Amino acid sequence: MNSTLAILAVLDGISYAALVFLVSVGLSLIFGVLRVVNVAHGSLYAFGAYLAATFSLAIAPISPWLTYPALLAASIVIGVVCGGFIERFLLRPLYGRDDVLQLLITFAAFMIMDNLQRLIWGVQPIFAAEPLKLLPNISVFGVNYTSYQVLLLPGVALATLFGLRYFLRKTLAGAVILAVTEDREASTAIGIDAQRVYFLTFVIGASFAALGGALASPTTSLVPGMGADMIVLSFAVAATAGLGQIEGTALTALMIGLTRAFVIYLQPEFEVLVPYLLMVLVLLVRPFGLFGAVQVRKI
Amino acid sequence: MMAGRIKPITIAAIVFFLVSAVAPLFVASWATLFALILAKGIVVLGIVLLLQAGQVSFGHAMFFATGAYAAAFWGKFIGGGDILLFLVLGGVSSTMFGLIVGLFVVRYREIFFGMLNLAFSMVLWSLLEKMFHYTNGADGIRVARPGLLGLSFTPEAFQYVILYVSLAIAVIAFYAVQRYLDSPLGHMLRAMKSNETRLEYLGMSARRVLLIGYVISALLGGIGGTLVAIIQQIATPEFGFWTKSGEFVFIAILGGGAHAFGAFAGAAMFECVRFYAAAHLADSWQLILGVVLIVIILYAPNGLIGLRQRYGQARQGGH
Repeated sequence: MNSTLAILAVLDGISYAALVFLVSVGLSLIFGVLRVVNVAHGSLYAFGAYLAATFSLAIAPISPWLTYPALLAASIVIGVVCGGFIERFLLRPLYGRDDVLQLLITFAAFMIMDNLQRLIWGVQPIFAAEPLKLLPNISVFGVNYTSYQVLLLPGVALATLFGLRYFLRKTLAGAVILAVTEDREASTAIGIDAQRVYFLTFVIGASFAALGGALASPTTSLVPGMGADMIVLSFAVAATAGLGQIEGTALTALMIGLTRAFVIYLQPEFEVLVPYLLMVLVLLVRPFGLFGAVQVRKI
Repeated sequence: MMAGRIKPITIAAIVFFLVSAVAPLFVASWATLFALILAKGIVVLGIVLLLQAGQVSFGHAMFFATGAYAAAFWGKFIGGGDILLFLVLGGVSSTMFGLIVGLFVVRYREIFFGMLNLAFSMVLWSLLEKMFHYTNGADGIRVARPGLLGLSFTPEAFQYVILYVSLAIAVIAFYAVQRYLDSPLGHMLRAMKSNETRLEYLGMSARRVLLIGYVISALLGGIGGTLVAIIQQIATPEFGFWTKSGEFVFIAILGGGAHAFGAFAGAAMFECVRFYAAAHLADSWQLILGVVLIVIILYAPNGLIGLRQRYGQARQGGH
C-alpha cells in the first residue's frame, strides 16, 4: 500500500466514522436514558436519508444552497414525527414491563418502516449528490477529496460530540436527563417529569439517526436495506464502546471507520466483517464495552 | 397450577398436529405451508427454551443458517443426499457450533447475551456473503431434492414426504422439550429467570444450566434450518441475517413464550399472515405483520397462549 492509498483510506475512514458516530450516539443516548435498544434506529437513519434526498431534489432547482437547510429540516422532521410517535404510542405503554417487549415493539416499528420506505420511495436507487458537488474539492497531502466528506461531516460529528457533552454536563436540562438516568424514582420524587425526559431524549436520539442519514444521502445511493445494515453497525459501535458512553462511541466509531477503510483497500471482501469481529473480540474481553463501567452483579 | 394449565394446551397441540397431518391432503398448496410452519416452529422452540431462562438471543438465525448450509454444502460438493443424512449433518454441525458459541455467550445475560449472539451471527452472515467461492455469495446455494431411505420422489409426492418428516420431528421435538422443561434441569433453567443467585446458592452452576439449554436450542435451530432449506430448495446468507433472528423471537412472543406449543401456534399465525398477505397485498405483508406484532404486544403481551390464561387465572405479581 503506497502513501496515497493510505491517505485515502484515512480520509474515507474519518468521513465514514463521522456518520456512524452520529447514528450510534443516538442509539447510545436512548439506551442510556430509556434502557431501550431501539431496533427501529436504522429505519430512522434510512428515512432521514430518503426524506433529505426528496427535499433536496425538490429544492435544488430554486437554489442549490438551500439543500443544506433541507437536509437539516428532513432530519428534524423524522426525529420529531417518527421518533415522537414511537416513544409516545409504542414505548410508553411498556415502561416497567419485560425488556423483551420493548425490544420487540421497536422491531415491529422497524418492519413497518422498512416496508413503508419501499412503498413511498420504491426500490430503485435514489441519488441526490447536490450538496456534495457544491463544496470544492480540497487537497490533503496531494490527494484530492471532497471537502463535504473531510471537513463538513467530521465537523458536524465533532460539534455533536462537544455539544452533547456541554448539554449533559453544564445545562440544567442535561442535569435533569442525567438525574433520570441515575435514578428514575428519586428524580420523580423531586418533581422531574420523567415521562417528558424520555420523550425528549428519544426525539433527540432519533434526530441524530436521521441526521446521519440526511448527511449520508449526498455521498451514496439510497437503496432498500440500508436501514437494516445501519442498525447492526450502530449496535456494534455502541456496544463495543459501552452502552451510554458518548466519548467512547466517538473513539470506537473512529476505530471501526479507519479499520474498515484500510480493509476495503487491502482485502475488500472482508469489509462487512470488521465491525462485528471487533465487537465480538471486545465483548468477550470486556462485556461492558471498551469504555463502559463494570456493573455490579445484583443479588 | 401445572395440571390445570397444561392439559388444554396439550389437547390444542394434539389437534394442531393432527390438522397439519390431515388438512394438506385436501388442499395441496397447504403441504408446503404446513411443512414451513412446522420447520420454523422447531426453530422457535429453541427460542422459547431460552426465554424460559429470561434470555433473548438476537442471533439464533446463525444456527438456522448452519443447518441449511450443511445440507447445501453436501449437495454442492458431494452431490445427491438423503433427508435423514441432511438432518444428521445439520443437527451435528449446529450442535457443535452451538457448543462453541455457547461456551462464550453463557457468561453474559440480557442485553449483552442478545448482542453477543447478534455479533456472532453477523460474523457468520458476512462470511456466507463474502466467501463467494464456496457459498455463491448472496445468491445462495440450490439444494437439490433429496431422497428418503434410498427412495426418490416426484415433486408432487415430495412435498408430502417433507411435510410428514417435518411433522414427525416437530412432534418429537415438542414432546422432548416439554419433558426437558418439566425435568429438574428444565426447572433450573426457569429458576434463572426469577433468581439466578439463589440457583447458585443451591450448588448449581447457572452457566452450565444455560449452556445445556443453549446447545439444545442450537440443535433445534439447525434441524429447522435444514428442513427449511430442503423445503425451499435453497440456502442463502439471508438465513443467517439478523432480521431472521428477529423474526424467530417475534414468532416466539407471538405464540407466547410460556409454553412449548406457543412456538407452533406463533409459527402458524406468522406463516398464515405472511402466506395470505403476500398473496393479496404483495408489497405490504411486512407492514401487516408489524401491526399484528404491535397489537399483540400492547394488548396480549403473553401471546396467543397467554390470551387463554388471562381469563383462567389472575396474573401473579411481578413478571
